[in-house]
Amino acid sequence: MAIKKMAFIVDKLPYKSETSRLALTHAISSQTVEIYLDDGDNVEPVLAFVGDGVLNCLKDQKALDIYGVTSLEMHIKNALLLDLRVLVCKEDLERFGLSEDNIVMDAEEIGGEITTEVVPFEKIQEEMASSDHLLYF
Amino acid sequence: MGKLTIGCFSSLVGSMSLDFAVKLSEAAVKKGHEVDLWLSGNGVMLGKTGQSKFRDYSYLAGPVEELLKTGKFKVTNCEACAKARGIDKSDTMEGFGIHSMDWYLASAFSADRVIHIGGE
Repeated sequence: MAIKKMAFIVDKLPYKSETSRLALTHAISSQTVEIYLDDGDNVEPVLAFVGDGVLNCLKDQKALDIYGVTSLEMHIKNALLLDLRVLVCKEDLERFGLSEDNIVMDAEEIGGEITTEVVPFEKIQEEMASSDHLLYF
Repeated sequence: MGKLTIGCFSSLVGSMSLDFAVKLSEAAVKKGHEVDLWLSGNGVMLGKTGQSKFRDYSYLAGPVEELLKTGKFKVTNCEACAKARGIDKSDTMEGFGIHSMDWYLASAFSADRVIHIGGE
């Protein structure tokens, strides 16, 4: 029986490539990984946005209207709904002149109970150090 | 011997990351390790049937076929990524697996090392 922690680190821009979207969909797929594992084994995901990647977390995205695709905002809300830890680098957010007011902090409207954590990069480094596997997007 | 899980999201032609992933797989298998290669995003192009060998373009179908013969190499396409690109099972080379994304995480779970090569 084992729990393996996997850190999904995202530093790519939203909508420029598919990369950050794949980070979210792969992280969310951790919710069904048990079907492939032995009883008691599981994956503990943590999703962290750093660098340009923090822009994935902006509120009021219009991807469905403009591109006809699910927004990264909606994916982040789904992650929160599923109790995935979502971390956003505080320093990188500030570098863009952004704050908690500008990003997706919760998924209350769809029943989510946990909130996004805006944390110093040092904290994200700790999460990476304590992970079994690092998946960099 | 160990197990290496590689996730690659880069395209067959247009990026050399997939070439690197296959080369790395070859090196690991030669050393006796097992390799799981997970292809997502544009990486699913690796399994497309009917690839042609031109000198100016990467041709990885041959090396992949050889790797599959070793029995120590598994290569798997992300089902949704492939279908979104119009690549169905009938368009995919023999020996390729097709799974959802949680399969990759399960492979990573049991791997000794994971190398994730994201998209460009």
